[in-house]
Amino acid sequence: MSSQTSPQEKQAPRVGAAQLKLLERLTNACAVSGDEGEVRQIVLDEIRPHVDEVKVDHLGNVLASKAGSTQDRLRVMLAAHMDEIGFMLTQNEDKEGGIFRFGVVGGVSPSHLAGQPVLIGKGHVPGVIGAKPVHLTTNDELRTPLSVDSLRIDVGPGNSSKVKVGDRATFATRFSRTGASLRAKALDDRLGVATLIELVKNAPANIDLLAAFTVQEEVGLRGAKVAAYALEPDVAIALDSTPANDLPTWDGSENTRYNTRLGEGPAIYVADAATLSDPRLIRFLVETALAAGIPYQIRQPGGGGTDAGAMHKQRAGIPTVSISVPGRYLHTPLSITRLSDWKNTVALVYTALSQLTSDLFKVDR
Amino acid sequence: MTELLPFLKELISTSGLSGYESPVRDLIEAAWRPLADEVSTSRMGSLHALKVGRGAEPRPSLMLAAHMDAIGLIVTGVVGEFLRVTEIGGLDPRVLPGQVVTIHGRENLPGVIVQPPAHLLPPDNRSGPATLQNLLVDTGLSAGETKRLVRVGDLISFAQPPVEMAGELLAGHSLDNRASVAAITHCLEELKNRPILWDVWATATTQEEETFAGAYTSAFQLRPTLAIAIDVTFGSSPGTPSHESFALGSGPTLALGPNMHPGLHKAFVALADRLEIPYSVDILPRHSGTDAYALQVVAEGIPTMVVSIPLRYMHTAVEMVAMKDITRAGRLLAEFAASLDEKFMEKLSWDD
Amino acid sequence: MKSLIQKFVETPGPSGYESIIRQVIRAEVEPLADQVTVDALGNLIARKGTPSSNGMKIMLAAHMDEIGLIATHIDENGFVRFTTIGGVRAYNCPGGRVRFLNGTRGVIGIENLEGQSSPPLIDQMFIDVGAGARKDCSVRVGDVAVFERPYLDLGKRLVAKSMDDRIGVAVLIETLRQIDNSPHEIYFVFSVQEEVGVRGATTAAYGIDPQLGLAVDVTGTGDTPKGIKMEVGLGKGPAIKVRDAGMLADPRVVDWMVRTAEASKIPYQMEILERGGTDARAIQLTRLGVPAGCLSIPCRYVHSPSEMVDFDDVENAVRLLVGLLSQPVDLK
Repeated sequence: MSSQTSPQEKQAPRVGAAQLKLLERLTNACAVSGDEGEVRQIVLDEIRPHVDEVKVDHLGNVLASKAGSTQDRLRVMLAAHMDEIGFMLTQNEDKEGGIFRFGVVGGVSPSHLAGQPVLIGKGHVPGVIGAKPVHLTTNDELRTPLSVDSLRIDVGPGNSSKVKVGDRATFATRFSRTGASLRAKALDDRLGVATLIELVKNAPANIDLLAAFTVQEEVGLRGAKVAAYALEPDVAIALDSTPANDLPTWDGSENTRYNTRLGEGPAIYVADAATLSDPRLIRFLVETALAAGIPYQIRQPGGGGTDAGAMHKQRAGIPTVSISVPGRYLHTPLSITRLSDWKNTVALVYTALSQLTSDLFKVDR
Repeated sequence: MTELLPFLKELISTSGLSGYESPVRDLIEAAWRPLADEVSTSRMGSLHALKVGRGAEPRPSLMLAAHMDAIGLIVTGVVGEFLRVTEIGGLDPRVLPGQVVTIHGRENLPGVIVQPPAHLLPPDNRSGPATLQNLLVDTGLSAGETKRLVRVGDLISFAQPPVEMAGELLAGHSLDNRASVAAITHCLEELKNRPILWDVWATATTQEEETFAGAYTSAFQLRPTLAIAIDVTFGSSPGTPSHESFALGSGPTLALGPNMHPGLHKAFVALADRLEIPYSVDILPRHSGTDAYALQVVAEGIPTMVVSIPLRYMHTAVEMVAMKDITRAGRLLAEFAASLDEKFMEKLSWDD
Repeated sequence: MKSLIQKFVETPGPSGYESIIRQVIRAEVEPLADQVTVDALGNLIARKGTPSSNGMKIMLAAHMDEIGLIATHIDENGFVRFTTIGGVRAYNCPGGRVRFLNGTRGVIGIENLEGQSSPPLIDQMFIDVGAGARKDCSVRVGDVAVFERPYLDLGKRLVAKSMDDRIGVAVLIETLRQIDNSPHEIYFVFSVQEEVGVRGATTAAYGIDPQLGLAVDVTGTGDTPKGIKMEVGLGKGPAIKVRDAGMLADPRVVDWMVRTAEASKIPYQMEILERGGTDARAIQLTRLGVPAGCLSIPCRYVHSPSEMVDFDDVENAVRLLVGLLSQPVDLK
């Protein structure tokens, strides 16, 4: 344990009805990579009263800072991406009929498109992605995955003038709760956005908090790159959502590739395709969680990437780690997460930040 | 006044593969020097030509970026009188057999890309197209002369001469992206006696086809307020999807997508409408495949736009463009540069 | 120099976890350099000299990290599932021995593949550390390991794991030892995380802001039975890189290296590597761009636990590097 500060008086921010309401608004908003305005507006409205400075940069990132009050504060950048995967209309194929060709933005799985309702453009115009009736489908076709090229977004003849080529579209799923779980689209990464908003509102006094609500994470971590360059933090933490593939295997054997599991707490990253987390920060987070009695899990090392991948390589290098809320079925129309995991994520990040000092970096990585 | 067609023919007849742009850079420099106030070369070999604005200091700046590098081949081995090769930039090996090339050895040598008969290829490559690794370049020289004149690492560029087509079309290799260099040249001509408030950096960037090295480093050095990448886009031709390709002669395209600032896109659309310059909107939902991909994320980030010229048969030796699209793109860029005032950045927003 | 090489290849240092190998290297460079620092990502940076009027600020990079493995799951019977750090090839794994940084040793086993025609996948392998159950296993998810294989001196040829790129590290240190009266300010960078995407060199180059950069790394060869088509061979001298999958070397730097080798009658080869890249890519793209190249040590069986280099090539690499750095640089 490298921290020498005394335990903070302040408690970690609570996740209650107001926070859930905010998450609902955030997940129901549409913000496909490159068109994050709707979430950006919610973020700006929420954080403005609580920060020293806030600006929207040249890529659309919201960059805000809130200085602490103690001596020798670390400048800590927290990043959560505002954008989500989705679609972009590329061609109006049937001017009267309202049938549009579209391209996918980010890692959308083509197997989850047909039969889904979508929302298009700033006006959330409803549409659907249809498919040929099974009656007219040959056996050979049934064995072939549906390609994006073969699918269309249909807004109907009445609405064809309300949408245009270049508009973005998302799945139409609305936020809901069931038992211990939350169900929504875009939990990746509105969970992170909601977490970061709470941390901005309840920033620990021992750090300078540099909040980056980033754009274009799903198309190559582009917003975080310029944000980290501009903010020049001492430490960076990506707050994201990571897949929980904790489903049974076909033969009932032990599932050895679950990535993370629901209900086991925030997922601390060790290694993904874009980042090898700073081992000092991994140790610090694990020790903080153990000391505070907050459950945590180590995300299985593997592929994927978060804003950490861009942040840690900026300028002369930045110690970086990622913490994610586990979620099942991310990048599909409906993902599921556990409320307890979100609560514990907020608690862990807050507790860790409030104990973070420069002593941690006195030993070389 | 630079005559655009002969200049473009000269541009595509001059070597300048990615990483080795100096021959074509010299040619561009000669054309741009009389049109600019300062000309310099970056550490990565990009050409920077500054046209100083009349606005008050600190003066914002507009960067126009067209990559000047071309795709080609590089020698990986010398086998008797034949050469083994690999690519510089992205090539479809199926369009290579029979292509005439220039081998830049100890002296420039003519060569031809050849496909050995199937029975001389490895068993797994006897049917279907030969892979690049199995194609050869025949020097026509003896093994001894070849060994003396060519070594591993020598460059090979396409040697197909330009073809002028009816209807003011030009066909040839390397029109990607020398057509855009011509467009910037036309823009500088248009700006010659126009009062402009902003500084304008006309740049010919390097290594776009490989690593975007020129765009990254030039933008880092110049730190422009705005950056416009000028590149080519798919011209309509048999086999190109209708939503991703544009008729030759239908005007430049204005791109829309995450690599482009939506406020800049809107400004270009409004300007083209006002000037009655024909254009199309090019929807690029992901990577734009242009220098803009790099320019946008340099340092603290730069508002970026892409203006493209439709071009048929991209990355072959018979790429085809309409001269009219080049001059329209050049004029649109000039009018945009001239339209920039002190207020422009205040109005530029990601949101409506 | 051979004992130095042996010491380096026997020290573990998988990407992201270079602290042990860094200490070993640091002990060697500290007495030779003017200043030694470690940056935020763990790069070890040794500066030597100050630039004279005709000198430059030059960055040399040899990466000290090596490919390795990382535990992803401990199953109920105590077997460790893993994934790779860097370009580990699945076919090199079965039967291999590994050592975790916490000291635990193990062997790589493989599921029964009867009836499977495709080559085995990493997902079908596991590490047996001799534990009978999960609770007896001393490995945790996220623990990292390196391959273990004894160093072999075949006389002219040396074999070991992590020749990529400890041989470059040794070349840099030997160069640092021999360099005298250089007109340049030289930064000897022992970089981290090269094997996962030249990440350490990216931040080191930004911090140093050099005027010229050279990576020293291994390259493949085409001189083995039915090997890849490549002109480079063992024992024909160090290779001067023209291009690889990550970069086009700056032609001015290539010319300077060729001229220097010819003037000093040092054997050399021209290199085009169709797969792989080096720290030189990261240096080249830094800030407003850096003229960059790469001096390669030909190496057989790269990314296997038995990588082979030729000692003459190694010594000639040092000679060429010392020659390059002892004079003002003339980039034509």
